[in-house]
Amino acid sequence: MIAVIGSGIVGSLIAREINKYIEDVFIFEARNGIGTGVTKGNSGIIHGGYDDTPGSLRAELCYKGNKLYDEISQELSVEVKRVGSHVVALNEEELKAIDELEERAIQNGVQEYEILDKTELLEMEPNLNSDALKSFYCPIAGVTEPWEVAMQASRSLEINGGKVLKNKKLVEVKKKDNKFELLFEDGSSYIADLVINVAGLYADEVAKFFGDEVPYIFPVKGEYYLLGKNIKYANSVIFPTPSKLTKGCLVVPTVDGGFLAGPTAHGVKSKQDFSTTQEGLLEVREKSLRLVPTLDFSRNVVKAFAGLRPETREKDFHIDVGEGNVIHVSGIRSPGLTAAPAIARYVVEYLIQEKLHINLQKRENYLTHIEKVPHLVERDYDYWGRVIQEDPEAGEMICYCNKITKKEIKEAIKSGARTLDDVKFATRASFGECQGSFCTPKILKIISEETGLKPEEVLQNEEGSWIINSEVRMI
Amino acid sequence: MKYETDVVVLGGGGGGMAAAKAADKNGANVILIEREEENGGVLNQCIHNGFGIHYYRKDLTGPEFKETLQEELEHTNVKVLNSAFVLDVNKDKQLTFVNHKGIHEIKTKALVMATGARERHFNSLAVPGDRVAGIFTAGVAQKYINLQNLKPANSALIVGSGDIGLIMARRLHLEGIEVKGVVEILPYPGGLERNVQQCLRDYNIPLYLSHTVTRVEGNKRLGKVYVSQVDENRQIIPNTEKIFNVDSLVTSVGLIPLTDPIKFVETAPGFITSNTNQTSEDWIFAAGNCTVVFDLVDYVSREGEKAGKYAALYAQNQYFPEQKVKVIKGKNINVLHPMYIDPNERTKLYLRVSKTFKRAEVTVEPLGIKMVEEEARPSEMIEISMKPFKDKNLKEIEVSARELG
Repeated sequence: MIAVIGSGIVGSLIAREINKYIEDVFIFEARNGIGTGVTKGNSGIIHGGYDDTPGSLRAELCYKGNKLYDEISQELSVEVKRVGSHVVALNEEELKAIDELEERAIQNGVQEYEILDKTELLEMEPNLNSDALKSFYCPIAGVTEPWEVAMQASRSLEINGGKVLKNKKLVEVKKKDNKFELLFEDGSSYIADLVINVAGLYADEVAKFFGDEVPYIFPVKGEYYLLGKNIKYANSVIFPTPSKLTKGCLVVPTVDGGFLAGPTAHGVKSKQDFSTTQEGLLEVREKSLRLVPTLDFSRNVVKAFAGLRPETREKDFHIDVGEGNVIHVSGIRSPGLTAAPAIARYVVEYLIQEKLHINLQKRENYLTHIEKVPHLVERDYDYWGRVIQEDPEAGEMICYCNKITKKEIKEAIKSGARTLDDVKFATRASFGECQGSFCTPKILKIISEETGLKPEEVLQNEEGSWIINSEVRMI
Repeated sequence: MKYETDVVVLGGGGGGMAAAKAADKNGANVILIEREEENGGVLNQCIHNGFGIHYYRKDLTGPEFKETLQEELEHTNVKVLNSAFVLDVNKDKQLTFVNHKGIHEIKTKALVMATGARERHFNSLAVPGDRVAGIFTAGVAQKYINLQNLKPANSALIVGSGDIGLIMARRLHLEGIEVKGVVEILPYPGGLERNVQQCLRDYNIPLYLSHTVTRVEGNKRLGKVYVSQVDENRQIIPNTEKIFNVDSLVTSVGLIPLTDPIKFVETAPGFITSNTNQTSEDWIFAAGNCTVVFDLVDYVSREGEKAGKYAALYAQNQYFPEQKVKVIKGKNINVLHPMYIDPNERTKLYLRVSKTFKRAEVTVEPLGIKMVEEEARPSEMIEISMKPFKDKNLKEIEVSARELG
């Protein structure tokens, strides 16, 4: 058995890549949802690969990863929108950064870029700060929904004979002959022939269980605003000129039509600190307004949130074999999401086959393409009408904002959704502008009816996130 | 299935039912579409009293108000479609809706939008802190408690002193949930005075005016809420922080008119209408909280009735407004409805002042209308009845308010 520790976008894509050769692949996820750690809280950008330090593993895998997203999008039926990106110079000083980016692009072998003058830029992005002088435009940059990629990759794994196990927090590893015995907090244990550690923020701690040392990971927080769909602020991803530390605070059109502003980049002590802060949110407002002055933070905000990046002093991915048949995929900071499909290939083709000398044969019965069942609202009315003939609940609307029916919510529950967030990420119900004000009580009831859980046992997400305390009174 | 009718009413709450009733009375064939299994909208979960004092001259609970309207509706020829969700309304006066039987089309002559409002969510305030369970809108808390018999809290703080917030403070208190206070960023309560008395003072629930939530904290479920005082510019005053240990935050921070699925009508952000409830698209009428947010369901139903009547007349080619007088928001006016007046018809003008007045004089010029209001507050709607003024030949009128010394 091959064990992958972590169901983030990188872990699930690695698991899927291995699964193309070996059926017996398990993903062990410590939380109770797929891709709910680093994968959930980031900008969702597929970067162009032009600005990573030349010669770094990041630079090598980012550009490759970008290219692989066409395949990923097609095979996993996930949405990838190549909206392009602009790095915008607002003054003379920042013009230099544009030249530097061009130099880097050349060194990184990225040819898909153009330097646009003010007129061209403002024609493409009329809401930009009119001080804008030039932009470094990269048409192959895009956006996707990272957790959706992770969820679809996990589904693909399961369809092809692999397994995804949640609530499996690794607590100990015992070496047995050439194998590892993995012991989990819930008392279960599994024997693995090969382990891939893709534990995100915790990859350094997990490496220690195997007696290995990888670069120390410290969390860097990024805070964001999500803005509504009713105002179109930008057509493409808008970057400021980068600093040494970060790509800066951006304005990003999301896949489903909203906009993100952010992130900040501040080191925090705890790997569990996903809180937003007064200072951070103020910083996002100030910096993103400098790029797009029309951003409406007073009336158009859907929510604010924060994500954590697994940062290392080396500032590069650390992807290598450890002691025995274990591979540590750690320090996957930006552009980890972009690089993820390339990291998966790097792990399988280079580390497993070449470095560990494990000979792999492609499976003949492997199903490459998986469907994503489109939401009924995305289908034509004839099709939807026929579905309703078979199942009247396909005509019962539960989430009014995103138009998700009872049938779809029940299907998510049948595929394993147990919490409000599970349903939310699997179906988009309660993701809309009302943020669940109309549908949460209904969804809670459906989960309870379908699973036999009492309303008191239905959680928002993790253990402890209860919604209902008890009945109001005995009936 | 394909339907054909004179008037479609979208939304079966207090506004929609009244509209359907009135359209029927005025001779139109009417279809009422409601997305929930039952009509009534938010009335169903508002089990407190105070409804109907103007409209029925009776003090009813929400469900009683709804039942009364529902009964009246049953004595009409209105066809009611429940559990039906409208997906699309197009400019050719055709609607598409889905229900458990399939996808259907309706061809109509006129449409009344009575789609109500949604609650502004706490998330949209972007208050710093942890993302935890235990933060609900007042409507969600009300639904759990009143309709599902589920208790979503042990201890709570309420944010926003609008009527829903005040009423939920009392409701939670009466169900044994410890309500530690109501926090209001404005220097005056957002809800009706009678609710401040009956929901807070009667139960010794503290009201923190000029206060705001600055941070929420918790481990998976809410644990602490930080609250600070604000100055007149809503800036936080340092060293005024209070910490409330609660597992729930119930928010009542405003309602937002719902205009879906229509995209081609003027909004601000609710539908802009005339005194006959006509929108910028002459076959579409709108009434109630999808235009502006009203204080009372009584007003909503009255507006609905008017919308239903004119929609019916329009559908039967009996209503052609010749002229529209623009209503301009003058000094100290925050909300004004309607924004246009057909001067051939009577008008109910609703307004909210933009600040608190000890004694306000509201004027409508050049019509020479003057009204004196004691203790005018933005939270209480002022209503002005106006006669037709066709002969005056006006292009616009202006409404403003000033303090009487």
